[in-house]
Amino acid sequence: MADAAALAAGAMTDHADTRFSAGPVERRKRTVERIAATLLGVVTCSLVLPLAGIMGVLLTKAWPALSWSFLTQNPQDYMTAGGIWAPLVGTFYLVFISLAVAAPIGIMAGVYLNEYASDNWGTRIVNMAVVNLAGVPSIVHALFGVGAFVLFAGMGRSVLAASCTLAIMTLPVIISSTREALAAVPQSFREACWNMGASRWQTIRTIVLPNAISGILTGVILQVSRAAGETAPILFTGAVFYVATPETGLEAYLPYGLWDRCMALSYHLFTITTQVSGASEELSYATAVVLIGLVISVNLLSIGFRAYLRGRKRW
Amino acid sequence: MNQQVSQPEAPHVAFRDLSVRYGAKQALERVTLDVPRHSIFGIIGPANSGKTTLLKCINRTVDFATGVKLSGQVLVDGDDVLKMRNLYALRRRIGMVFPLPVGLPLSVYDNVAYAPRMAGVTNRDELDTLVETCLRQAALWEEVKDRMSLLGTKLSGGQQQRLTIARALSHRPEILCLDEFSIAVDPVTTMKIEDVLVELKEKVTIILVTNLVQQAHRLADHVAFLNNSKLVEVGTTRHMFSETPREQLTFDYVRGHFG
Repeated sequence: MADAAALAAGAMTDHADTRFSAGPVERRKRTVERIAATLLGVVTCSLVLPLAGIMGVLLTKAWPALSWSFLTQNPQDYMTAGGIWAPLVGTFYLVFISLAVAAPIGIMAGVYLNEYASDNWGTRIVNMAVVNLAGVPSIVHALFGVGAFVLFAGMGRSVLAASCTLAIMTLPVIISSTREALAAVPQSFREACWNMGASRWQTIRTIVLPNAISGILTGVILQVSRAAGETAPILFTGAVFYVATPETGLEAYLPYGLWDRCMALSYHLFTITTQVSGASEELSYATAVVLIGLVISVNLLSIGFRAYLRGRKRW
Repeated sequence: MNQQVSQPEAPHVAFRDLSVRYGAKQALERVTLDVPRHSIFGIIGPANSGKTTLLKCINRTVDFATGVKLSGQVLVDGDDVLKMRNLYALRRRIGMVFPLPVGLPLSVYDNVAYAPRMAGVTNRDELDTLVETCLRQAALWEEVKDRMSLLGTKLSGGQQQRLTIARALSHRPEILCLDEFSIAVDPVTTMKIEDVLVELKEKVTIILVTNLVQQAHRLADHVAFLNNSKLVEVGTTRHMFSETPREQLTFDYVRGHFG
């Protein structure tokens, strides 16, 4: 009995060996595969290091200065003390107004380019313009803003001029992300609608936009962090060294008219780090933490939004 | 009815010397065809012979292809479709069903009510009746009547195809073009839909592109045989499937000796 069992087991093993024994080629494949996976994995994981490093340094250095009152107080004593209330409010204004300008224009242009424009030289020129606009350095946008909005349009250095400059900067990305979101809606849906005699606009309104809106909004939200973080475009067009805002009451939230100048977080960080003598290092780091926190939370919001909408995907 | 049969009538759809090129590729070459009113007109032929292009010319969806060049005439009730400016008026009169089912990302109800709504129908009762009629005609009503709010895209492939057919019927077309509608549908349902087509031809002109020669034999009153972008032969179904069609090629194709 035992012999028979052993025989059976042996036979099985023999059988398995002949079918699945690895030759030299297979062994090498497996080794190379392991090395490749490990190498690529390690490189990828090391990408976390810079972010972790930045956050680690910032947080440890900024820790003593971070508090609720840091957020809600104006800078004091020639910006060597106090908080960041005024620049925080200013940044909100710049972001909000710039997106209020850029989002409608960008989305309309994206819809036109993706849904209406035929592939001819005119469209190609517009496409090229959009792509190149996205590649223009932000300091060049700043100079353009000075020429176009501050001087030519007579806006002066103001929230409006700075916002418009930021809007020009964010526009190409909003156009591209809108087009991408629209292109993700299957062409067969459009053709089915056209076959039933629906017009292009009816198709866009009822089928295309409702299914692309999540992607479009994600693109717009991501531009919040860009508009909040850029310093150069607002440098010459509306951001100022110091202008205090009230800290309480309605005035605290509505300190600016469109023609006023404002402070902004990114510019504030630059000034207290390089232009103000006697400002403590913690203040700079704390400002940086707030700025980066703002950017990261907006990005997380957009990621969460995208995940939520992907869960509701309808095809 | 009798009057209609006995009176020779102008064709509902007529192709006159129709040629279509997609860039360098000739899709149709000088096709001349008459589609009689209120009948089922079968179009058969091997892959790539231009059958689908022919259908797309009727409602001008052929325009969506890039680099397309058309010449000749496509007459619907005597009007040249290729010269029409307002295509919405044209497409409202024509129902189209393509081989791959497309459930719009809307509820089953909204899928079928889509075209009427886009044409301005808002009355809820009217829409309800229309949706039910179309779904019944497409042999889908029994399966979806209790879940009208389900997303059309969540139906099975065969159900989505029948949903597509219901949608094509929803704007009460006078011409219904079916391009291999049965490719994603099971045989039993195919038979149900075929029965509906036979009923529908009392009121609607049906153009049926099919790879199933037997389907054309079963349903069509007239059959056209396309091969290699050209019309080989057109005639009554009896003639085309007889022992003596005009062309040897037709004889070979309908008997499966071809290619």
